[in-house]
This record gives sequence, structure tokens and C-alpha cells, in this order.
Amino acid sequence: MAAPVLCQMRRRCPVVAYLSVVRREYASSPPSPPSLFSRFLFQLNQHFHDVEHLINWSSWLRNRVVRRKNVFYGYTQKRFGVNVAAAYYILGLGGGFRFAGHSDWFRPDSRGKFSYDFLNTPNSTIEEIDLSRTLINHAGLENIVSQNELRSLSLQGCPEVDDWFLARLHVFGESLQWLDLSHCPHITVGGLAALQHLRKLRRLDVSSLPRLQNPGLVRILLEEMLPHCEVIGADYEQGLILTDNVEEAEPVRHK
Amino acid sequence: PFKGSVSLKCFALTFKKDMQSVCVSVNADLESQFKAFREKAAAAMPGSDWSPIQVTKGLPPERADIVIVGGGVMGWSVAYWLKKKEKVRDGVRVLVVEKDPTYSQASSVLSCGGIRQQFSLKENILLSLASADFLKNINDHLGVVNEDPVDLQFNHSGYLFLASPDVAPIMEENYTIQRDLGAKVILLSPTQLKDRFPWINTDGIALASYGLENEGWFDPWTLLNAFRCKAMSMGVYQCFGEVTGFRCSSQKAETTDGDFVNIKRIKYVDVRMPNSLEYQPVECAVVVNAAGASSGKIADMLGIGHGPKQTMAGIPLPVEPRKRFVYVVHCPDGPGLECPFLIDYSGFYLRREGLGGNYITGMSPEETEEPDVSNLDVDHDFFHDKVWPLLCHRLPPFECLKVSGAWAGYYDYNTFDQNAIVGTHPLVNNMFFVTGFSGHGLQQSPAVGRAVVELILDGGFQTIDLSAFDFKRILYHEPILERNIV
Repeated sequence: MAAPVLCQMRRRCPVVAYLSVVRREYASSPPSPPSLFSRFLFQLNQHFHDVEHLINWSSWLRNRVVRRKNVFYGYTQKRFGVNVAAAYYILGLGGGFRFAGHSDWFRPDSRGKFSYDFLNTPNSTIEEIDLSRTLINHAGLENIVSQNELRSLSLQGCPEVDDWFLARLHVFGESLQWLDLSHCPHITVGGLAALQHLRKLRRLDVSSLPRLQNPGLVRILLEEMLPHCEVIGADYEQGLILTDNVEEAEPVRHK
Repeated sequence: PFKGSVSLKCFALTFKKDMQSVCVSVNADLESQFKAFREKAAAAMPGSDWSPIQVTKGLPPERADIVIVGGGVMGWSVAYWLKKKEKVRDGVRVLVVEKDPTYSQASSVLSCGGIRQQFSLKENILLSLASADFLKNINDHLGVVNEDPVDLQFNHSGYLFLASPDVAPIMEENYTIQRDLGAKVILLSPTQLKDRFPWINTDGIALASYGLENEGWFDPWTLLNAFRCKAMSMGVYQCFGEVTGFRCSSQKAETTDGDFVNIKRIKYVDVRMPNSLEYQPVECAVVVNAAGASSGKIADMLGIGHGPKQTMAGIPLPVEPRKRFVYVVHCPDGPGLECPFLIDYSGFYLRREGLGGNYITGMSPEETEEPDVSNLDVDHDFFHDKVWPLLCHRLPPFECLKVSGAWAGYYDYNTFDQNAIVGTHPLVNNMFFVTGFSGHGLQQSPAVGRAVVELILDGGFQTIDLSAFDFKRILYHEPILERNIV
């Protein structure tokens, strides 16, 4: 875990706050030392409530973008139906999808614009969703849970997907066959344990999950848990200390 | 000339070395003097806590608005919500008094850390749901800006309750209540159970109830620390000391039947420093009793329960400590990641711990066989005689296992009806009870903390109505029974 820089818990002064806030990504590189501006801000923060409030507001504002992207499209659902609402939500996030029975994908272009052709087919459910590198989180999943024939879901590189998101995927237990979770920085073993409800899962991609300390062991446990599923992205030797191979000596941290 | 120059050089060298060592020692002295000077200068600046009168370190303030007795997860949850909901900055001065800085006997940290929605009482289900929502967004609530994000290590594996044929109808009723309130639970028949979890022996099981979402277990110490850090960063005072008494003022009041009762109002809380006889009377307006297993002692200090029997004053707070054992076992053939928090109708429970084939198991003993609560020693015979036979019968892979460790902790057991007691006592105006959770305190702590703060600051419950947990039910002898306790 990255060590926090300087934390002085004085009786009445608030804890140290920096404008260059420690992001919620568990980067493997150590944090850079605080700049002169940050240290100056820390001194001000110790003495002035206003500075402390400003710094709290700035982190709240940063979360506002994510919250806005994951709002519940209740009106769209009521007016146009759940399928259209799900389609509109996915396109608004910047992802792509494919309706069941059709072969063409709906995606926004590089500037975020998309065509509204999905309005013509309000009764077709979505079969494949590509949400890689979007800002979806567990609250936004509310817009998609109605698609109970979903067969493939790609969440590659989503920074807001965490264990609580995976716990909600049980609604797709009867249909989901392909799940891609690679490069998601917040997923841990506790969330992967929730995938046991996806009995029809055939392919699961768990490559490059930085918070998994024993990817090889987790792969074995996942294969035991989901016997018909192929787990890719983790080698059995990852996370092991091989006694005869000096270069592969990655330290193993047991819980 | 040769020898002379050598000796001169030697002399020069030793002289240089001596000078250097003298310089070094002078430098070291100078460094420490500079350091002392810097410390004195910092103490002289405004904002430091130096005072010319030598005060014992760690004394609580002389006056506080709200004193919370007990620094467990419930006490700190109340402290956090008090600071969150105060309308003005520094509107209330909150003091949390905890008697053990090491938390060696605190129930919060010795807990198994599970959270579930599978209760039979509506209030319990709502509290758990609200707490799960809180934990979902825990960094929005308890994230301190420069600290690491809070990592609860939440395992989303769900709870699995197994029911025998006579308990199955109760389970079905509970299931309808839970679904109505929004908990995601499913019922499984024995065949479905066998299909999902082939390592369970479904003999004698009629029905199983499995939680799909918002259920699992997490690290209680992380939650406690997160509440504590956030509350202290918002300005809550913490004091390590023991509450030894209260000073109250009392008024006579007449009931509708014509009896006279003494209504007390707490004026001062006496807080005694650890390992010392020195105590500080803290003048306060409201006292919150979140002392967990010792809540009965705190209520006793106020005289609750010391009146004549059959009167209001004669009924004590029915919370007492009950010791429960938790055993860590290692089983090489046990279930893997799919192992939920399994609770059998015979009373034992089991959950996975980590990825190495370790499990945590235990059982609540019969009422007549309650272990002695004076210490936290573990009784290993209890595991061999009572728990292991049931474990082997229900889960055949566990016939070959090894007990690698065990610990014991206290439940703040409500002997009346095993449900929480939240609210004031009719005879003590300003003490709020937040106790009696009988093993569910940790999972309900965020929501109960908020409810108690609504009671204190707003005068009534706003989000979840916990008036069913009021103290009055104990005085009227009307228990509300929870049918799903572990």
C-alpha cells in the first residue's frame, strides 16, 4: 500500500490535506514527494478552516463527474422502455452494444456523437455490451439490470468498477457467458467470489488486476468455483516464489 | 629529520582527529540545543497546547456537550454522525471515553465481521440494508482527504441459512418480509442446494435461504479505525479512561397513577485515568451508553434497577456480557471461493478465511451452558464435543481438519429479547442507550449511529424508525423476538 505522507492527528486540527489528492487508484509506483505548493497548502490547511473546506469541495467536485455519468435514467425508462433506456445510457457513457438478433454494433464516434437508430427497435434486448474504459460504477448498473439476455460484458480498464459492482452482476446469472475484467484497478478476491452466481459463464478474463496478490492461486480457485468456465489472464506461476528460478522471486503476501 | 617529521605528522593527525571529534561532539550538542530551541519556539507560538500549569496528559475536557461512554464501533459511529449532522461547525463538543486503548477485550474487533439482511424483524433488515449502502460508498463518507482509501476487504460471498422441516415455514415467512423490504435473497430446495454446493450433506434440510447481494464479511478493525479517524478529523475528543460514576440531579414527578418517581438528570460524568486514582468530572448535557458488554455496569451506576421490584426503577438494563468462542480451522479438502457464511439450524456457523483453506467456525452454546465471563480464555473441549460433530455431519470434507487457533469475545447480550435497545430510559432524562445488539452490533453500526443522532439532535427518528427498540418494551414486558439469531 502506498504510505501516506505526513499524518499528524492533532486534537483539533484536521488531518493533512493536499490539493493533488491521492487518487483512488492503487498505482504500483510510490507517490512523488509533495511539491512546495502542496506543503504550503498543508500549512494553510492546519490553520484555516476555509482552506480545509475548499480542499474537501475539490474532492467532492471530482466525484461529481462519476456520479453524473451513473445517474438512473428513470424518465427514459418510463417513456421509452427499459431497452431504449439501457441503450441510451451505454451510448452516453461512451460504450458500445449489440442487440440480440442483429449483427451491427452501436457505438459513439470519437467525438461522442451517436445515431438514435436504437429508438426504432424498442423491443429488442441487448446481447453484448462493451463498456471498456468507461466510468460505470455499481450505481449505473441499475440501468442495465433489465437486460436479462445479456451474453457478453466487457469491463476492460474501467476505473470505477469495484467489488460491489461484481456483487450486483448476479442478475445476469442465467445468461452471461463472457466477462472481461482486465485492468480494473479496484477489483479484489472478495469481489471475484461473488461471480459464483454466474453459472453460465464460459470465459472470464482476469489479466492485470493490480490488487490481486496471488493471481495464480486465484485462477485455480476460480476454476474450481466455476468448473465450465475458462479463466484467462493469469498464469499458475504468478505470485509464487519459485525456488529454482531466481528471477521470478515475487514476494507473496498472505492474508 | 625523518623521525621528527613523522612524529610531527602523527601529532598533526591526532590533533586533527581530536579536533574533529571535538567538532563532532560540539556539533551534536549544538544539534540537540537547536532542537530544544525549536521545540520551545513551537510551544510558544499560538496554537500549541503548552500551559504553565502541569496538567496530567490525557485528561478529558472539563465540559463537553455529549459524552459517549464506549469507544467501540457503535460509539465512534455515533460520534461521526454527530459531527456530520451538526448544523453549525463545532456546534456540539463530543467526547468519546474508552477504557482500554489496546482494545484487547472490545467486542467490535473480536467479531467475525459478517453482515446480512436475513432477519425476521423489519427494523433489523432495514438497518442492515442501510449499513450495506453506507459500506458501499464508504470512501465518500469516511474518506479523509490525504489518507489511503478505506479498504474493508469485503468478501461478497453471502449468507446461507439451512433450515430443518420444522423451521422451514418460519424461513419462508422471513423470506417474504426480506424481499418486500428490498433484500436480495433466494430460497433453495435441497436439490438445488446440492447442485450449487456439492460439499454439503443435505440430510435433514428442507429449505435454504441464500443472500445474493450486500451480504458477506469484512474487517471490523478497519471499519472502527475509519470511523475513528474521520470523527477525530472532524473534531471529536478522545479520552482513554474509565467511567466510574455519575453525578445527577433529581426531581420528583408524579405519574398518572399518583405514584411519585425520581427523574434523574446526569450533570457530571466521572472519568478516571488509567492506572491512577485521578479522575475528572466532565460536565455534560447528554450521555450515550455505547459500552457494549459493560453497558449493564454503566446503567447500574445510575441506579437503574435499584428501586423496589415491580416498579420502573426496579428493572435493570437487561444487557450482560456473554462469552462466545471462535475457532480457526484448516481443512485441506474444504470448499474454495464459493464458500458462503454458512449457518445451520443446529446453531453452528462456518465461513472461509483467506485463500489458504482456513475457515472460521463456532457455535452459540445452550442457555444452561453459558461459559464464565470473567476472562476471555478459550474452551477447546467445546469445539471437540459440540461443534465438530455437527460440522462433520453437515459438511463431510471437514472430518479431517486441524484447529490452528481460537479466540473468544463478548456479546453484549440482551437477555430480554436479544434485540437492540435504542433510546432513553424514562427515569433518566439524558442518557441514550445504544446497546444490547447480541452479536449484530457491527453490521448495524452505521445505520444505528445515524438513527441515534437523529434522536439526539432532531428529537425523533427521520430515516429508519426504531421506536420498536425503545426501553419501554422492557418495562412493559413486551419482547420483540428476532427469530434468526446466531
